[in-house]
Amino acid sequence: MAFLTISSKALMFDLHGYFPMILEGMLLTVEVALLSLLIAVILGLIGALAKLSKSRIARNAAAVYTTLIRGVPDLVLMTLIFFGGQIMVNNLGDSMGWDYIDISPFVAGTLTIGFIFGAYMTETFRGGILAVSSGEIEAALAFGMPSWKVFVRITFPLMVRHALPGFGNNWMVLAKTTALVSVIGLHDMVYNAGVAGGSTRQPFTFYLVVALMFLCITGLSDLGLQWVNRRFSVGVRKV
Amino acid sequence: MDYNVIIDNLPLYLSGLWVTIQLVVMALVAGFGLAIPLALMAVSKNSLLRYPAKTYIYFFRGTPLLVQMFMLYHGMGQFEAIRESVLWIVFKEAYWCAITAFALNTAAYTAEILRGAIEQTPFGEIEAANAGGMSKSTLYRRIILPGSFRRALPAYGNEVIFMLHGSALAGVITIVDLFGAAKIVNSRYFVPFESFITAGFFYLCCTFCIIWFFKWVEKHWYAHLRPRTH
Repeated sequence: MAFLTISSKALMFDLHGYFPMILEGMLLTVEVALLSLLIAVILGLIGALAKLSKSRIARNAAAVYTTLIRGVPDLVLMTLIFFGGQIMVNNLGDSMGWDYIDISPFVAGTLTIGFIFGAYMTETFRGGILAVSSGEIEAALAFGMPSWKVFVRITFPLMVRHALPGFGNNWMVLAKTTALVSVIGLHDMVYNAGVAGGSTRQPFTFYLVVALMFLCITGLSDLGLQWVNRRFSVGVRKV
Repeated sequence: MDYNVIIDNLPLYLSGLWVTIQLVVMALVAGFGLAIPLALMAVSKNSLLRYPAKTYIYFFRGTPLLVQMFMLYHGMGQFEAIRESVLWIVFKEAYWCAITAFALNTAAYTAEILRGAIEQTPFGEIEAANAGGMSKSTLYRRIILPGSFRRALPAYGNEVIFMLHGSALAGVITIVDLFGAAKIVNSRYFVPFESFITAGFFYLCCTFCIIWFFKWVEKHWYAHLRPRTH
């Protein structure tokens, strides 16, 4: 804890010993962000494959998904899933004879953010898949690979490089969107900053600290993404 | 679905829609006005102009809008100097706090879009203007900025949609915009589906209107780029 007091002094703000609480909140923020990223990537891959599939139903379903999600504010979707999801689970539980299942703000927040960014990832991955040259895919088919194997071995690894810049943007926006979970009562760093700011009467200081933490998250991710980008672009000639 | 709740509360939603439109339009106008000098500073060769603008853009694009709004709405009261100045008239009202936060935020994003567009100005245009003996201010006013606005249009359309979606945050700080209206209906009758889906529907309509508007503007501004017919 000594290190925490030092680092809060180093920030040049007097945080009255609330810095550990903010850090705890940051941990939760990162947790929500990473979990929803996982959901978003899975949904994005499914969505992209659906958009490019031969089945008209799959294409239309994916189109409705991306249009609706990108047309409605994230906050509205989050409160809808938080309040509405509880009712739906209750009704379902009544008819199935389950015990009471609680939709926690954590579950609702993570699911919603994952669901929203799944739509953005769908578009990113779709673009990435389309950028893979068809010769590679034809060659794999000519070798007699079944289509799932073509995807796993050829299309997906080649698609990553094209999708990375868009993926990086989505991740940065996603990380910032996690701030919304404080609205449905999850004790993330924005929520904790509100509590700390209220009791010390220094809300500006605490929100500024949280803003700087977000800058750290996005700044670090930027470095990480640049590294990944270099790894996946090995062998690509640049101007 | 209980449609009666929606129909009974339609006036509330419509007044909320009106507040949302006010918030978005005022924030966009103020933000755009702020974005032009910011973008010009960001492309300036003078580092005393460039660094402040770049820092501003980096801060506002790297932090959540919710935190920025809270810094103004909850945070400004922390400073005695602001509480006693004329600024307090602005910052004590949730409505003006929201507009200020949205404007500052969209200014950063718009400035970044404009900066990219300015840097993409074909150099031949600038050379031609120089050859014509234009002064620097005329060059910017007649050549660089108009061309940049045109190049920035598609990206700016997305930014307008993001601003519409971001404006739902105003409902968090007691403003009765579309989201605020949905929150009221939900807490009065506890009908989360009806209340929030109705708000979502209105937002969706607004989004489509914005997309349609920008398509229409693009048709005019990009007329010279369309392939010739007959």
